Amino acid sequence: MALVLNEDEIMMRDMAQGFFAEKAPVKALRELRDNRDETGFDRALWAEMAAMGFAGIIVPEDHGGVDMGYLAAGLVAEQMGRNLTASPFLSTAVLAATALKHGSDAQKSEYLPKIASGEAVMALALDEGVKHNPRATETTAEPSGNGFKLNGSKAMVVDGHVADKLIVVARTSGEPGDATGLSLFLVDPKTDGISTERTIMVDSRNAARIDFDNVEIDGDALLGELNGGMDVLDAVLSAGRGIAAAELLGAGAQAFEDTVAYIKERQQFGKIIGEFQALQHRSSHLYSELEIARSAVVGALTALDEGHENAARYCAMAKAKLGSVAKLASQEGVQMHGGVGMTDEYDIGLFMKRIRVLQELLGDAHYHMNEVATDDAY
Amino acid sequence: MSDLDQFRSEARTWLEANCPAEMREPVKGDMDFCWGGRNYEFQSDAQKLWLDRMVAQGWTVPTWPKEYGGAGLSRKEEIVLLQEMKRINARSPLSSFGIWMLGPALLKFGNDAQKAQHLPPIARGEIRWCQGYSEPGAGSDLASLKTKAEDKGDYYLVNGQKVWTSYADKADWIFCLVRTDNTGKKHHGISFVLFDMESEGVEARPIKLISGRSPFCETFMEDVKVPKENLVGEEHKGWTIAKYLLTHEREMIGGGNDAARPLHEVAAASLGLDDGKLADPMLRAKIAEAEIDEWAFNLTVKRKLAEAKAGASLGADSSMLKYYGTELNKRKYELMMDATGHEGLEWESERSSDGKMARSWLRTKGNSIEGGTSEVQLNIISKHILQLPGA
Repeated sequence: MALVLNEDEIMMRDMAQGFFAEKAPVKALRELRDNRDETGFDRALWAEMAAMGFAGIIVPEDHGGVDMGYLAAGLVAEQMGRNLTASPFLSTAVLAATALKHGSDAQKSEYLPKIASGEAVMALALDEGVKHNPRATETTAEPSGNGFKLNGSKAMVVDGHVADKLIVVARTSGEPGDATGLSLFLVDPKTDGISTERTIMVDSRNAARIDFDNVEIDGDALLGELNGGMDVLDAVLSAGRGIAAAELLGAGAQAFEDTVAYIKERQQFGKIIGEFQALQHRSSHLYSELEIARSAVVGALTALDEGHENAARYCAMAKAKLGSVAKLASQEGVQMHGGVGMTDEYDIGLFMKRIRVLQELLGDAHYHMNEVATDDAY
Repeated sequence: MSDLDQFRSEARTWLEANCPAEMREPVKGDMDFCWGGRNYEFQSDAQKLWLDRMVAQGWTVPTWPKEYGGAGLSRKEEIVLLQEMKRINARSPLSSFGIWMLGPALLKFGNDAQKAQHLPPIARGEIRWCQGYSEPGAGSDLASLKTKAEDKGDYYLVNGQKVWTSYADKADWIFCLVRTDNTGKKHHGISFVLFDMESEGVEARPIKLISGRSPFCETFMEDVKVPKENLVGEEHKGWTIAKYLLTHEREMIGGGNDAARPLHEVAAASLGLDDGKLADPMLRAKIAEAEIDEWAFNLTVKRKLAEAKAGASLGADSSMLKYYGTELNKRKYELMMDATGHEGLEWESERSSDGKMARSWLRTKGNSIEGGTSEVQLNIISKHILQLPGA
């Protein structure tokens, strides 16, 4: 397993670094928030990201993508984390694109080019309860005419308020709690019976609560095999977790660097507070944790690209580790900033908010620790 | 076939033909490690045969030049050799501070005569070395060491005391930090010298630890004559060599531990499962967390070594690995003790292999003290990586 970036990857990282720092710094998120932007992200920025190849980063070349893989996607996500960039990258370029790679030829031809070009925003409608738990899916899709009839409620559908297409996870057999019996469907959010409520989250990013009331969909809306949704979902969620971990790495590292810069300037008791060993040791500990966390991200995404047999497990482990480490970075960040850490003026609080959302998305550290233990049969 | 594949194939054939069956069995205890030296008693004919054969190949120190007993292999070839040894579970033929610590320092800082005198016996396992660094008043603050070496013309007269000298009672020679000048700053005036432990005036006394074992000694030096030709590098400038060696030591101590049985297996065997889950749900969560950290830490060791150019030092990141690795190991052994409960507390029974668990647990407490405490490592990170003021 290569743990060191190659030349192409370094180029991608540097390109992303320059791009997001210039086009979508933290200031841009503040503007979206303060202007109560209807979309919640900048569509012009998303178009530029598509032009840079970011939207099609895992889309095969014959469908209009650049096909650079998950490690490269992680490098982009890391820079977005550093800048708190709002975009449908995770929902569309990672989750939806991964799902569609498991679709029929017709579905691939129709949707993958639209993802790569930035034309379509897509959202994964999976979670229902207060916590991420795919097996607990209650939403049902019953056979109806030539297709299916959807009933149920989804929550925390990231970018679901503006999605052009939803990928809905529904139960086609079995009971809530079963690991099998799920299927995925491509659904137009304007279909009769669908009601969508935009939910603005603590990080000023957007998700939606979506209700399905006897929603009629065609048979060809099925994505993957009937009752075989968990196989596709495993790949989709692993990718999402790995990329969310990469974004957490960026956000955590930036929060840390901002904090170290602050304690090198702030004076109290006639000293620069960074001279106090109490802060030095905590900072050095955090540095160590972030280095360990970086390896987890690189290891997980490389495994995903290599099709390693443990890739799903590594992505879960990376998500767990990054959830904990980025949380520590944001907590220590606010504490070491002191009073100004509590103000809206300083960015550190915005990092804390984004990290909290990412921690929760696609399973928190507790969820994944439980999964790892179960996987190891203990 | 590439050159590397060719080498792999040759190494595989040679190892298959030459590694005795006994030397492919798991190490059971300390006595299964071969340390060599003048007074070493081989545990079996196989142990001696295995060492002799590996020495003849130059494979106890594969990357050292041939003239010093090595095989002149590249770093990549060495990795292949280690992989092939692991494939057949071959034991390491020789454990040696001479190989791990002094050798690299001599190759970098020693003169030709010193290399020719000391490296081949290290490679052959004939001379066992110990490290004379810490003193009663110079632990974390190593540079304040006081062991005095007076210039007497063609020799130094050494007086002082070392402590935490690993296996000094079993070693033949010592590499030792002494003070040749105390007029300037404390990092100046330190010199790096070598001498025979049988020299007149040297005495090593084992220290009994909380584990009941005595891997470390106090070493006393009274009017010990050390010939001038045994000075390595420049006089008064031994701190550079000391730091280089400490970095090596940190990389070794912090270097991860793949061999031990996974924590969750120990816990499952000890506590049993309840509906497929470890019977203690709180411990289960902590074990999962520790094993995730261990996975990420082992990846970090690999990543950092890959990032450093071949043969280059990791610099202050070796402090990060040392700090994290040792703290993680302590955490892991605390969980081991939690998992093994009453049985883990047994100290002398045969069932417990003479308290193996408890003694191992206690041994780990030294991990974050030896080779620079965790606090010293955090200071180094603060100063050299984060560049915090006053660190």
